[in-house]
Amino acid sequence: MNLTELVESSEIIICCGSGGVGKTTAAAVLAMRAARAGRRAVVVTIDPAKRLADALGLDGIGNSPKAIEGDWSGELSAVMLDTKSTFDAIVSTYAADDQQAERILSNRFYRNISGALSGTQEYMAMEKLYELQADQHFDLVVVDTPPTRHALDFLDAPRRLTTFLDHRLYRMLMAPTRGVMKAVNVAAQTFVRSVAKVVGADVFDDAIAFFTAFEGMEQGFKQRAAIVLELLTDPRTAFVLVASPRRDTLEEAHFFAAKLGENDIPVEALIVNRMHPRFGDGRPEAARERARTLSGTDLGSLYANLAEFTLVAAREEEHLEGLAELVAPAPVVRVPFLRSDVHDVAGLDEIAEHLFPG
Amino acid sequence: MQPEQFFAASRIAIVAGKGGVGKTTVSAALARAAALSGLSTLIIEVEGKSGLAAAFGKAPLVYEQMVLSEGDGGAIGEVRARTVTPDDALIEYLRGHGLARLSKRLVNSGALDVVATAVPGIKDILVLGKVKQIERASASDRRLGGGTDFIVLDAPAAGHAITFLQSARGLADAVKVGPINAQASDVMGLLTDPTRCQVLLVTLPEETPVNELVETAFNLEDKVGVSLGPVVVNGLYPERAGLDADPVAAAEVAGATLRPGEADALSTAAAFRRHRMELQRAQVARLAEQLPLPQLRLPYLFNADLGPAEIDVLAGALLEGISALDDLTPAGNR
Repeated sequence: MNLTELVESSEIIICCGSGGVGKTTAAAVLAMRAARAGRRAVVVTIDPAKRLADALGLDGIGNSPKAIEGDWSGELSAVMLDTKSTFDAIVSTYAADDQQAERILSNRFYRNISGALSGTQEYMAMEKLYELQADQHFDLVVVDTPPTRHALDFLDAPRRLTTFLDHRLYRMLMAPTRGVMKAVNVAAQTFVRSVAKVVGADVFDDAIAFFTAFEGMEQGFKQRAAIVLELLTDPRTAFVLVASPRRDTLEEAHFFAAKLGENDIPVEALIVNRMHPRFGDGRPEAARERARTLSGTDLGSLYANLAEFTLVAAREEEHLEGLAELVAPAPVVRVPFLRSDVHDVAGLDEIAEHLFPG
Repeated sequence: MQPEQFFAASRIAIVAGKGGVGKTTVSAALARAAALSGLSTLIIEVEGKSGLAAAFGKAPLVYEQMVLSEGDGGAIGEVRARTVTPDDALIEYLRGHGLARLSKRLVNSGALDVVATAVPGIKDILVLGKVKQIERASASDRRLGGGTDFIVLDAPAAGHAITFLQSARGLADAVKVGPINAQASDVMGLLTDPTRCQVLLVTLPEETPVNELVETAFNLEDKVGVSLGPVVVNGLYPERAGLDADPVAAAEVAGATLRPGEADALSTAAAFRRHRMELQRAQVARLAEQLPLPQLRLPYLFNADLGPAEIDVLAGALLEGISALDDLTPAGNR
């Protein structure tokens, strides 16, 4: 399936890849194409570069979709993920009553983890995805995932949160408040005391207060995490891998694609940004030889320059080979260096020409 | 400025920058430049990435130090490297606090993750605490004639770099007493002392990376109080004369014949380079205007991926750039 068919038929598209490769821009272009095809699309961005955010009307924190005006027959909306407000909203939704919500939201431990729990951003991106795809208004949700070294943090995020809530360390922590301290063996007590010694008693008390307040809410979180995981593996969800042609970036992308494969999730397309263009069809060695014999002349300089770019282009293709094979039959879409950075719809259109040729 | 003076200014250089700007490349080149100036240099890697050792043609790094490039026992120092991961650092830390028996269990049971969650920044502080310890040990070892003269810390990708370096201040506020508080205070002492540590920010000569670098620079100064060294601009196309020439006319002058289509390939390739270089120059100028820090510039490497030979090319460019810098104001006067 090519990218055009992909944006016209998928219900969810997840753009993933390492930092600095142009994921946010790719996500915006895919959503824009869907809007041009008459669909109602929304793009969830994580941390857009400021000028792109401005261009998309995302200045200021907005945790709900904002429509972007443009000459499309469908609709294009964008939302910038605000991890903390998303988490707060979930707590409010799942709390048994306002008092429970308030106890959690004002807890110092909660305030720490809601912004900093490893994987929280990934998890909240998935929560946002869940919320938006459930919204009948949108036909397509495009998610730009947080840049992460640990490639599949966002896949693991729902599971990780529930594991966290279930962790036996916390079971131990909470034991005293439940009056079953005698059931906890001596070794565990020593363990708990040691942890308290390391992290400080006040942190410990906050944590106990948090888990006490959280009592009864785990179930809701778990169910929701299960649904999100299902969504991610649904055939209507497409993963698009974004990379740049540098060797190290492609190695990470390779790792990423392999991990997705282990989870039975195919990569539906590979977008490689910032490719050096290929000038002519000559071999680098030939140009370099000409540069050598013509050294000292203007023509020699021109050949030396051509040789350098031909060599770079060939090397980039070589780096790309293994990954292209791994994701096959997914198409590999090459986007060359652009005239300038993207910060308006015209810039997005320039990329669109490469993603959707013809 | 003499490179010797530059490398003596602070014992640790923290190399930081957004993903994809070549942070690891710069760490490798900087370490080699210090080694070429006669210093025994250690690179500390904190994310468990494989790129650094591979660039030197070596097997992946481990917790124990390994040699990445040899010294000659005199004018050239060796480059060594090691990783410092939070798990390793925690085990050491607990051992140091008489909790050795529990340390394995704490890590193996996944409890570290839970603790790390409860106290944001604790992983970062464990890593930085270990870095501080290495710095201290290297200072005393040197009197015995060995040890490390210069340390390059390959920091996590920004924006995590800010959180990483800010963890000390945050923790010192959040945890008022106990060993963690002491650790955080020690790390803050390290970060805010320009004779012990400075940050080198890396960017590409492109709009978005330059914007983010400027923002990071001000954040680091304001929120961490760390001293900023020169900015490293990576990936500049080297100057090349004669790119304005028309290929057909140039062929006539040189008495050469062009194959079909070649004139077009030559002129579009030349135009592409001229255009990109113009953009790069504009971004370098903008960076200089927005951030009053000296710049060290590294060339884009057309000919090969990063390997030992390329690291030497880049180390040479760094040394050249450092030599062209103004002399340092003594740290106390800054």
